[in-house]
Amino acid sequence: MERFDGIKNIMEYINDEIIICNIGFPSRELYQIKDRAKNFYMLGSMGLASSIGLGLAMAKENNDENKKFSKLLKITDENKNNNNNNKNNCEKIIVFDGDGSVLMNMGSLVTIFNQSPKNLILIVFDNGCYGSTGNQCTYAENINLLEVAKGIGFENCYNCEDIDFGEILKKDQENSIFIHYKILPGNADSPVIDMSPDEIRDRFLDTIK
Amino acid sequence: MDSTEAVYQGLKSAGINFIVSVPCINLGKLLEIIDNDDEIIHVPVTREEEGIGICAGAYFGGKKTAILMQNSGLGNCVNALGSLFQLYSLPLVMIMSHRGTEGEPIVGQVPMGKATPKVLEALELKYINPKTPEEAKKIIANSWKTSVEEKSPISILLDINYW
Repeated sequence: MERFDGIKNIMEYINDEIIICNIGFPSRELYQIKDRAKNFYMLGSMGLASSIGLGLAMAKENNDENKKFSKLLKITDENKNNNNNNKNNCEKIIVFDGDGSVLMNMGSLVTIFNQSPKNLILIVFDNGCYGSTGNQCTYAENINLLEVAKGIGFENCYNCEDIDFGEILKKDQENSIFIHYKILPGNADSPVIDMSPDEIRDRFLDTIK
Repeated sequence: MDSTEAVYQGLKSAGINFIVSVPCINLGKLLEIIDNDDEIIHVPVTREEEGIGICAGAYFGGKKTAILMQNSGLGNCVNALGSLFQLYSLPLVMIMSHRGTEGEPIVGQVPMGKATPKVLEALELKYINPKTPEEAKKIIANSWKTSVEEKSPISILLDINYW
């Protein structure tokens, strides 16, 4: 299976989640498979998908905590005891990353592990090559990125073949999740994204507010 | 006014509530103060470029963001400043300890010290070089607002004699 079908498989399960998508063919393919306002398409800054996702996940998690806290204060003020909505329903951030990009920003895995927001899922589509530049091999051919994540300390890291992604998505997370999705090299014939950077940003920001 | 306190107060007045950092000896005290401020999320990063990406995401999530770093780190984040922040017109406050300036004892700091203003100019990024704590406090207090209005990162260069 190539990346296009991998993304398609994941998108079957996506509802309200926010997606940060890696530069190049991954974004073009996602745009073709299912364009939506909650997709952020990277048009530059290779390697930073996981970092953008981390920043957004931490900000959202903190906003939710602040909201819960002020709600709690209100409840105490009004002497109400019917606070039964304690479920952690933080909006999830899914990052579509690639092996070449992860290798370019390996330190990001260390920072994500240490911060570990409970609303972040990092999916690494690993085809062992730089797909958008002509399928030159990456070193990911010779190493196992899942073992790298385990070695850093990720408790919830999975081989995509071994899990039911829908179940993972439904669960309340205890920390950030790393998913290794081994795929074959190859790009679909997806068109270039015909949105300007401003359009991508504004549509995305309006919908995730 | 204390040089570190001036930067901190400036950041607070600007409303900065999300900071990423790579340390510099001159930022040491400031990083400690920020770590003890519950209103500020502080994320130490492994490399400045990573921090730039994190700031973009945090801004998407509604935060007012700053990066604290040595000017050597500017070299590590040039592409991200261009192809993420300028491309999508995003705001960011960059507080840089400007090493390699007058009084620098370490020869290795000199080349990037000299190049720093030119790198920012090449990127067409605005920078300000306050000389006193009073001036720094005032400039930093306005920096987020300026960055949002101009839809572009703004740098505050604090050279060796500032501290």
